[in-house]
Amino acid sequence: MFETLILLLDSTVRLSTPLLLACLAGLYSERAGVVDIGLEGKMLGAAFGAAAVGYISGNAFLGLLAGIGVSIGLALIHGFASISNRGNQIVSGVAINFLAAGLTALLGQAWFRQGGRTPPLPEGGRFTNIELPFAEAVRDVPYIGPLYGELISGHNILVYAAFAAVPLTWWILFKTRFGLRLRAVGENPAAVDTAGISVIWLRYRAVIMCGVLCGFAGAYLSIAQSAGFIANMTAGKGFIALAALIFAKWQPRNAMFACLLFGFLDAAAIRLQGQEIAGIGEIPVQFFQALPYVLTVILLAGFIGKAIPPKAAGIPYVKERT
Amino acid sequence: MNGTPAIELRKINKRFGPVHANRNIDLVVKKGSIHGIIGENGAGKSTLMSILYGFYHADDGDIVINGNKVSIPDSKSAISLGIGMVHQHFMLVDNFSVLENVILGAEGGARLAGGVDKARQELRRLEEEYELRVDPDAIVQDLPVGLQQRVEILKALFRGADILILDEPTGVLTPAEADHLFKILEVLRDEGKTVLLITHKLREIMAITDTVSVMRRGEMVATRETSQTSMSELAELMVGRSVLLRVEKEQAQPSDTVLAIENLTVTDSRGVQVVKDVSFEVRAGEIVGIAGVSGNGQSELLETLAGIRRATSGTLRIGGQVIDLADRIIDPAEMRQLSMGHVPEDRHRMGLVTSFPEYENAILGYHHDPEYSNGVFLDLAAIKKTAQTEIERYDIRPPNPLLKTANFSGGNQQKIVLAREIERDPQVLLVGQPTRGVDIGAIEFIHKRLIEMRDAAKGVLLVSVELDEIRGLSDRILVMFDGRIVGERGPDASEGELGLLMAGVEGEAS
Repeated sequence: MFETLILLLDSTVRLSTPLLLACLAGLYSERAGVVDIGLEGKMLGAAFGAAAVGYISGNAFLGLLAGIGVSIGLALIHGFASISNRGNQIVSGVAINFLAAGLTALLGQAWFRQGGRTPPLPEGGRFTNIELPFAEAVRDVPYIGPLYGELISGHNILVYAAFAAVPLTWWILFKTRFGLRLRAVGENPAAVDTAGISVIWLRYRAVIMCGVLCGFAGAYLSIAQSAGFIANMTAGKGFIALAALIFAKWQPRNAMFACLLFGFLDAAAIRLQGQEIAGIGEIPVQFFQALPYVLTVILLAGFIGKAIPPKAAGIPYVKERT
Repeated sequence: MNGTPAIELRKINKRFGPVHANRNIDLVVKKGSIHGIIGENGAGKSTLMSILYGFYHADDGDIVINGNKVSIPDSKSAISLGIGMVHQHFMLVDNFSVLENVILGAEGGARLAGGVDKARQELRRLEEEYELRVDPDAIVQDLPVGLQQRVEILKALFRGADILILDEPTGVLTPAEADHLFKILEVLRDEGKTVLLITHKLREIMAITDTVSVMRRGEMVATRETSQTSMSELAELMVGRSVLLRVEKEQAQPSDTVLAIENLTVTDSRGVQVVKDVSFEVRAGEIVGIAGVSGNGQSELLETLAGIRRATSGTLRIGGQVIDLADRIIDPAEMRQLSMGHVPEDRHRMGLVTSFPEYENAILGYHHDPEYSNGVFLDLAAIKKTAQTEIERYDIRPPNPLLKTANFSGGNQQKIVLAREIERDPQVLLVGQPTRGVDIGAIEFIHKRLIEMRDAAKGVLLVSVELDEIRGLSDRILVMFDGRIVGERGPDASEGELGLLMAGVEGEAS
């Protein structure tokens, strides 16, 4: 029983990681007042970029950098449309999703001719799992052994990076000048403008931060969790991350718990697939897949506290002409 | 008060497309003085100040600060030149603390920790020097507006402002809060700061300023020593002709009750009771004015009566019908059928669709009337004819029903709403802030129309935050504070008396 639980939690951590990275990415953007429905597209673009460069160079870190580069590029398109040109942020985000879905499949086919996939990555081209010190030594200690050896140790570096990003994001948001201004610009950009700070540059920086983290998320999918890119491999994770962000009320720590919860649901779905549960029977996998959205809707309807988004989210900043 | 002026503007010009918002503006502001700038809405006061604060760029002209010719490309440069601004709509982040708001943009380092401590000390010093007491850890949205404004002043002083610009600072304040603000401004002047006060209220200019400049239609028309001028001279300079500051009207002849509200209670979306057990009636042939500082339930009261907002409990009697508001939702269409007209407080948000042409707005809400529609198609010819008639009768300019409503000035937009509601000849007219953002000429016109409504034996319920307007028009004045009607007074009640009621001081005495 304990073994099963550890295995379940272990896969929870693995499945939560890309959600968490994307969720934090969205957090930077939305806290600055730029709604980003294009997390999905940026992740997909990054996944493809990371796998392509990882395959060609055989270097995982170069792959990661490429993924981040692609993601920042897409983020800047979103920024150009919605910050510089004050376009509709939802439309721009949706466009990014389409762009990424189409381009990755097209370029994948053109470059590698494997039906939109990249070829399997070579050994050095992907991030492998890291054994933490003493993981082997404590393996046989009851409880602590599996807990440390299985659950905490033995993940790839991006998993650790994702969880380290949570306190780091909190610190940036609440303890630095950049964070103060970022939160302010998402609430009242006019206050930021009149305080002598450039709203546009500030929002661009937020969007770039979003791009970086989406780059990590995408790279995790293609060169850490799996060994190559598959067409549309994000499969809605960007949207789940967005749901988690609302669920977390735009707070970094809550974001982690929300992503772990959604990751757990995913892990449970895989685990319970095709299994009979006494008294209930087989639970369809779609039930678990729908749960994150259902929970978010329940939250939005006001049953679990209240999720109040940053006040200026989604509204392009125009200097008032009075 | 000799020496170089704090501010000197020379031949400032600013155009927005075809609008010449500032035309060859010259202005000299002495150091250590309170200098008022008065003008109607749209006279270009705010534009001029925005140029001074680096929000807009002047097309040409020079700005000289303390004897040095400068350029102010953005707010940052204005701040570094020692210019601070308190905006009409506060530039505060509502869910930040006072301290966070004050340091925003002047944090003193990439990490907050050090700067916050220094800022705390500096705030304490400013508090003592200028008697500007605010709890630095309070969240801004929990503070009353008077204190929020103090935070704005602190923000400017924290940045080392020597020149403080205040744009319509008293619009949201009670008379008592305004007096307190004026005291603060006097302290600031005595400490050597220069204060620029932008307002359209003549009384404030007379009460506090040393010098006053008058703007009209983008031009600076005169500058006077305040002690050498009078309200009527300033009013004339503002409008360009002599105006009646006081509404002329006969004694009211009230008859039957046309609208009665009993025990009305309204709860808003946050679950807060905003209107508490309010009862009153409006008779035919009288104007009942509801006075109060904005945010004390007047807006919600008006919206509930208009059928926009749902009441928790209460009954409404109108046109021979008794409606239990707790039972069912009345909607605006139903209210119109019961012969109630509504001029909403915010014409942009509720009164008009500004992207529509004028003629469509002229019948908005009445578009199902058989006069204008057969149920499927609108009778555009009839609608345009109505619009044309109203344009003539209300002197709406430009007189073109096909023009997009956004292209009319505030006063003319308000006349479009007023014409639409009055011309349907309702028994009861609800009017919210009828002259907000409207120039003096149009104010005179609108006030006359409301008096005419009254004299035609209709009931008028007037909600306004302008005390002068309430006192000038109303036959009875109800004062709202914290969701309750805290007193009723006649039209001859003094401003001080009403002010105390509005501040809730005499809350129990009614």
